[in-house]
Amino acid sequence: MNIIVCIKQVPNTMNVQIDPETGRLKRDGVESIINPFDEYAIEAAVRVKEKIGGKVIAITMGPPQAESALREAISKGADEAVLVSDRAFGGADTLATSYALSSAIKFIGNYDIVICGRQASDGDTGQVGPGIAEMLDIPHIAYVKKIESIDDKSIKVERMMEDGYDLIESPIPVLLTVVKEINTPRVASLKGKMAAKKAVVKTLTAADIEADTKRTGLNGSPTQVMKIFVPTQRTGGEKFSGEAKEIAAALVKKLSGVGVI
Amino acid sequence: MANSIKVLTDKCMGCKVCEDVCPFGAISMVERQEHPKKLKLAVIDLNKCAYCGSCVQSCKFNAIELKKESLQSGVDKSLYKGVWVYAEQRRCEISGVVYELLNEGKRLAEKLGTALSAVLVGSNIKSKAQELIDRGADKVYVCDDSIFAEFQDDPYTSVLTQLIEKEKPEIVLMGATNMGCSFASRVATRIRTGLTADCVSLEVDPKTRNLQQTRPAFGGNIMATILTPEHRPQMATVRHKVFKEAKIEQGRKGEIIEYKVNVQTLLNRTKFLSSIKDTSAVVNLDAANIIIAAGRGLGKREGFKLIEELADLLGAAIGASRAAVDSEWIPYSHQIGQTGKTVAPKVYIACGISGQIQHMIGMSSSDIIIAINKDASCPMMQSATYALEGDIYEIIPCIIREIKSLKGG
Repeated sequence: MNIIVCIKQVPNTMNVQIDPETGRLKRDGVESIINPFDEYAIEAAVRVKEKIGGKVIAITMGPPQAESALREAISKGADEAVLVSDRAFGGADTLATSYALSSAIKFIGNYDIVICGRQASDGDTGQVGPGIAEMLDIPHIAYVKKIESIDDKSIKVERMMEDGYDLIESPIPVLLTVVKEINTPRVASLKGKMAAKKAVVKTLTAADIEADTKRTGLNGSPTQVMKIFVPTQRTGGEKFSGEAKEIAAALVKKLSGVGVI
Repeated sequence: MANSIKVLTDKCMGCKVCEDVCPFGAISMVERQEHPKKLKLAVIDLNKCAYCGSCVQSCKFNAIELKKESLQSGVDKSLYKGVWVYAEQRRCEISGVVYELLNEGKRLAEKLGTALSAVLVGSNIKSKAQELIDRGADKVYVCDDSIFAEFQDDPYTSVLTQLIEKEKPEIVLMGATNMGCSFASRVATRIRTGLTADCVSLEVDPKTRNLQQTRPAFGGNIMATILTPEHRPQMATVRHKVFKEAKIEQGRKGEIIEYKVNVQTLLNRTKFLSSIKDTSAVVNLDAANIIIAAGRGLGKREGFKLIEELADLLGAAIGASRAAVDSEWIPYSHQIGQTGKTVAPKVYIACGISGQIQHMIGMSSSDIIIAINKDASCPMMQSATYALEGDIYEIIPCIIREIKSLKGG
């Protein structure tokens, strides 16, 4: 079984500080990491491989430095890595990204399952996974929390919904987007780290995958950023300090005043 | 190329302002040995640049030149009219977000001088159409067939795409629910139009008829307004509780249009097998009016017993910060913030949550924010409507006693 995992390199926002004057993020020294949701995708792919055999190919679209994310994926069990990188892909929105990645996946060919994280922590759209599936003309199941069973013809998964979960069956090939509940990603083994060091990361350009550059990058993006601004911060409200009993009473009074209690 | 941006080397003073302003981290400063004053030069990484123009506005020396050219999509925009709301339902229950979208959709439609329509896809669903009219829809397209009894991406995508291609709305709004997020992107991709996720505000320009879609960018600390200038329809998803619900106007007049579904033309590759209600998902954070959330400051798993006691008393749902979830004090389904849920309750009580931006973006549109924390200087206490400084384990029992005596008396 050939499994393709789509990952994205993102800034590690967990440790990002805000500049109190400008209200913007301080970017100095912010490291790049694999999108946290993609860690679950990598793990899910590796587990399928371990269970029924096959190969895991990690793929990312990004600048040349995104190669480090691919090496990390290899350290965690991916067998091969493909970097889809070209100036022509720059400034892509979700439609153009879906097009570039799906073109690369078609170029790689012979895939059974494509796995993505539910969304990227920087863009937070969750649109690229289903978009890739549409362009590959294969079904997708989003918000997968468990792979119930899998063989070379079909897969059964639990799809997370607001009120519980649905059990869905799909023929293969299929694209899945996975949520955090699906697994606990492993820590890279020493052997994995060695493999990551030695791995040859293949780079694919727009020409390599025969992508139509009218459909990539900015050219292929129907959405455009009109403006960017810092939202007005909520200003501080009333402060209460002192004896617990008194401040609790003051709060309850406020709450009953607005009809909450 | 559609857009181009460049730094005018003779004007750039190497002041670094643009580097700090760039939301995408696309600008870096490089040394210029050849410069007579050894001034640095701003360099734009085109792989990261989104051509948003923030740097252009910030540059005092007019050293950055941005040329935006509108893309030709080949779409005749004048053919597209009307605002649509996708009326999501699960087992014949209309999702709450739909009423909110109808309210906002109505406002946009009036501004554009056009009609508001709802699209209802389901099985034995026709009786729900009047509900949508009562909430402001002028027209309701009903796609009723047993194939839509349970949500599956293929048939839902097919039917909505068919309907959009036939009727040509200019705007399509959908709820950013698991269902909406799952197939909205498929629809937009099939039509090859733009889709903007998780908008927090919408506006229209009656001249260009462009929908201005504002959403948090890069973790929510900055906002971006996004346009789909040359493609139609303009599609956007919006989370539950971002807009206010449309009021009910009983017996309002509207048109119900039954769309004849030809099942043969619908894709249907997946199979729905069963559905399991998750009792632990009673954590319906989206629908809660009051949420009590706890974070690292709680100190221990057992602390949630105290939180539960207060929650029961207030009829509140329980939320948590990522720190509390990662410490395995409470399941992930309770997590609020960037990697969890977005909520906007009437009252949000943050207990021992310092307020990292990742958490704040998940709850900052709550009406009233109450913070209880030992550290009065943390962001949550600074931005709270009511900030209570002190120990959770002292203050919450007092609040519980106070409420009990109020209710009892």
